[in-house]
Formats: sequence, C-alpha cells, structure tokens
Amino acid sequence: MAVLFPIADGGKQASAFETMTESWFAMIEFDNVTKIYDNGTVGLRNINLTIREGELVVIVGLSGAGKSTFLRSINRLTDISSGDIRVNGQSVTRASGSQLRRIRRDIGMIFQIFNLVKRSTVIRNVLSGRVGYHSTLRTLLGWFPKQDVELSLDALQRVNIREKAYVRSDQLSSGQQQRVSIARALAQEARVILADEPVASLDPLTTRQVMEDLKRINRDMNITTVINLHFIDLAREYATRIIGLRAGEVVFDGTPEEATDEAFAEIYGRPVQQDELLGGA
Amino acid sequence: MKTTVSPASPNPAAPGMEAPRKYKQIAGWIVLVAMIVACSIRTEATPYQLIVGLPQMGSLLQDMFPPDWSYLPTIWGPMMETLQIAILGTTLGALLAVPVALLCASNLGISRWVSLPTRMVLNLVRTIPDLLFAAIFVAVFGIGPFAGMLALVFFSFGIIAKLTFEAIEAIDPGPLEAMSAVGANRLQIIMYGVVPQALPYFMSYLLYTFEVNVRAAAVLGLVGAGGIGLLLDRSLGLFRYDRAAIIILLTLAIVLVIDYGSTMIRRKLL
Repeated sequence: MAVLFPIADGGKQASAFETMTESWFAMIEFDNVTKIYDNGTVGLRNINLTIREGELVVIVGLSGAGKSTFLRSINRLTDISSGDIRVNGQSVTRASGSQLRRIRRDIGMIFQIFNLVKRSTVIRNVLSGRVGYHSTLRTLLGWFPKQDVELSLDALQRVNIREKAYVRSDQLSSGQQQRVSIARALAQEARVILADEPVASLDPLTTRQVMEDLKRINRDMNITTVINLHFIDLAREYATRIIGLRAGEVVFDGTPEEATDEAFAEIYGRPVQQDELLGGA
Repeated sequence: MKTTVSPASPNPAAPGMEAPRKYKQIAGWIVLVAMIVACSIRTEATPYQLIVGLPQMGSLLQDMFPPDWSYLPTIWGPMMETLQIAILGTTLGALLAVPVALLCASNLGISRWVSLPTRMVLNLVRTIPDLLFAAIFVAVFGIGPFAGMLALVFFSFGIIAKLTFEAIEAIDPGPLEAMSAVGANRLQIIMYGVVPQALPYFMSYLLYTFEVNVRAAAVLGLVGAGGIGLLLDRSLGLFRYDRAAIIILLTLAIVLVIDYGSTMIRRKLL
C-alpha cells in the first residue's frame, strides 16, 4: 500500500519533494472525515488521506460503499458530520457563503447524467462555468467578457466539439453532452475535477473517448482529477492511484499495478464479476 | 429446485391487489345523478324552461340579423381599448408573477416561512373573480379603463404565478446542482439553472392568460371598467340587438385571431 505524507508546513519540505517527484503539493486533504446520514447510514468512516496535485485518482467500490459521498463532500454538495476537508489548503468544511463559492469555482464537477440545461446552447452551458468570476449583476445580464467566450471555445476545442458551440445541447449525443460538461469544468479554470460515474450513461466506445479526454486534460493541464468508476479495467488503465472504499472505509489505496484481481475481491468482498469489466481494450 | 407459483396463492393481506368492488362505482354514479337533479330542481333550471324559451331565442336571433354594419366604426375604438387593457393587464400581471413564483417554489431553497404565506396570498388572489376585482377598482379609482386594467393585473398575476411556480417545481434539478458546484450564488443559479428551463412554460402561460383576458376585458365594461363591454351593455339596454350582434361578431373575430396566433406561438415554445 502506498504511504502518504500530508504536508502541513509546505515550504522547504515540499520543494525537497519536488526534486524527487514532479510535484508534491497536497491538493485535497481528508482529516478524520466521517459522514453519517440522518437515517443512520454511514457514508464515510474516519477517512484520512491526501491527494496531491496532478494525480488521477479513481475511487472504486460497490454501490453504496460511499463513492459518491466521498466525491460530493470534496466540494460540499454533501456536508460531512465530523472532520475536515481542505482543498488547495483551504478548509471546505469551515468555509461559508462566498468563501465556499470561491472554493467551488476552482473545482469542476462532472455528473453521470451531465446536468446540462438541455434547452440552452452548448456555449451558454460552458459559459455558465464562468459565473463565479463576475459580479452577480453582470452575469444576470449575460455580459461575459470576450476572453470568457474565447476561453469557452478553447475548452470546447480541447474536447473536440468546437463546431457544436451554437447548437442546442439536447441536439447532441450523450457522449458529446458529457464532453460539454467537461468543457464547462475547463472554462471554470478549475484546479480540481471531480467526476461522479462520468461514463455510466455512455456506450463502450464513447466511454473510452470521455476517459481519454479526462486523462489528457489531467496530464496536459495538471488538473487534479478524482473519478468514481465501477469498471475495474478502466480504473487500472487510466488511474495513477486507486482508492477502494467498502462501507465508507478506505480498504485499498495504491497504484494500478497493486490493484490486482485479489485486491478488488478484497474491496468488493467477493470475486470480480464479468459486468464490472468494460472489456474491448 | 424451482417451485411453480400458483397465481391464486400468497399475500392475501396486501392492499390494492384485488380489483375494486363494483358497488362503489355504482354508488358514485347514483350520487352524481341525484346531485344534478337536486340542483336542477332547486334552481328551476329544467329542460322545460329551455323548451319554453326557444321561441324567444328565435325572435332574438331574428332581431340580431342583419347586424348593423354601420355601427362598426363606432365600436372599433372601444374594441381596441379592450385589447389594450388586456395587453397591459397581462404584461404587468406577468411581471409581478415572476418574483412571487420564485418565492413560492419549494425547490429553490426558499424558507418555508416565506413560501407558505406567499402561496396563501396567491390562493386568496385567485379566489376573487375578475369582475369582482373590476367592480372594486371602479369604486376606488372611478369608472374607466384604468380600473379594468388593474383588475386584469391581479387576475393575470394569480393565474401566471400559480402555474409558473408549479412549472418551476417540475424542472430538472440536475442543472441547479451543477450551478451550485461551479460556485454560483442563488441569483446566478436561478438565472442559469431555472430560467432557461421554466421560461418556455412561463411564456406559454402568459399567452394563454392573454387569451383569457381578451374575453374577460370584453365584459369588464358591464361594471364600468372600460372597453367594449360598455357599448354592449348599452345596445342590449336599448334593445338594439343588431348592434349587439356586430359587437359580438367583432369580439368573436378578434378572439379567434388571438387564440390562433397564441396557440401557434405556444406550440413553437414547448
């Protein structure tokens, strides 16, 4: 299992590490995080871990293991019961109002069902990622600066659907819609991307395209990426680090090479099944 | 080993599994028919009345034809005034309805302490018929189109706010969550998550209310609230059924044109 060094006092220590690895900046930190839902269900139990800048972490586990809770607690779409989560050094748990919105601005989120406004054009959906950068009045009037439009078009270019910019979003295929939502995260100039089962609504071919997009963006732009997946082979193929959850606890944390079939059987509490493999690699 | 399940077996206690009993249906019908008969007797609205009145209806129709076409230039002005009352009333009512609909919707994170009282007020407004509003405003602001316009503002506000807040509650919550995730504040969430989804419904309700308002505005004159209704009232009072006929025909024509236009636009919107 990989050992982690959460860095509290940055500075010299961090730069010393940078000479060894490419970067050792703690981007997301979980400190004794526990989430218990109102009905008593345990979402997360005593999670302690650090995700460094530039990592592509894939979270695996059975449904109900707490994958979504883990991801959604990072940008506080779900409140945690105790502990602390820091993103880019700032406490998400203690942030309130405008502080929280400021932190969220730097975290892009990609959903299983895309969550685009289907009636709006693609470019408007992408531009909506920019609202955190401007005054409320300006965004209500829709006066985005020219650079924002350029930025949004560039983001669409990165996911290869620049030509769809002025098409209504519901005219796009589901794979294209998911790429629009990736472009929205890029337009945010996010430093972190969270993707909650981003390929669960897609067919195998588009699944690979979307995963390739996420991987490329993670590598080229050094955006820390955390993805929930239920396909084991995809997790091994794209992740730089795999975290396994079972009943809200971290039961595996290591490299894709360490994530053997036996390790997965341990995470799932049973042998790997055929439908947990996308196949066709 | 597999066992075959016989259809007649298990779970006898589960409710809703058995077919509803027939007698409930029959009882329902009996009550309905009894009610209609009772109402008819109490109000003396019987088929007999209809038969007795038929000849009179015939003579009224005879008086109406031919319509007095020369009266057309006189009624054109008030007819336009009726339309203007409807346009103003609908637009202002719709503008008022927007913030109220947003306050009423339960899915935008508005406190119950705000949304429930707002809904109560809205329900109250909708219990008052447009003619009653008009009569009240005539008493306050005097005879004339202003009172009629104001009556339609309230009337439209009630309908549009109610329908729009229900449409807002039915929108896809996904985009709202996505907007929260990008760091949008509440107004930005509404502008980018709610408005694009609810706008077509709002426009459709606005046009529908406009249709209703044109018809309503045509009779507002009966209580002195301006428009064509005043002339209709006068023609009927003077037994000038030929003039009443031309007023009715013109109203019919204009309502038909507006209904057609608004239906076409609404079909495009949704």
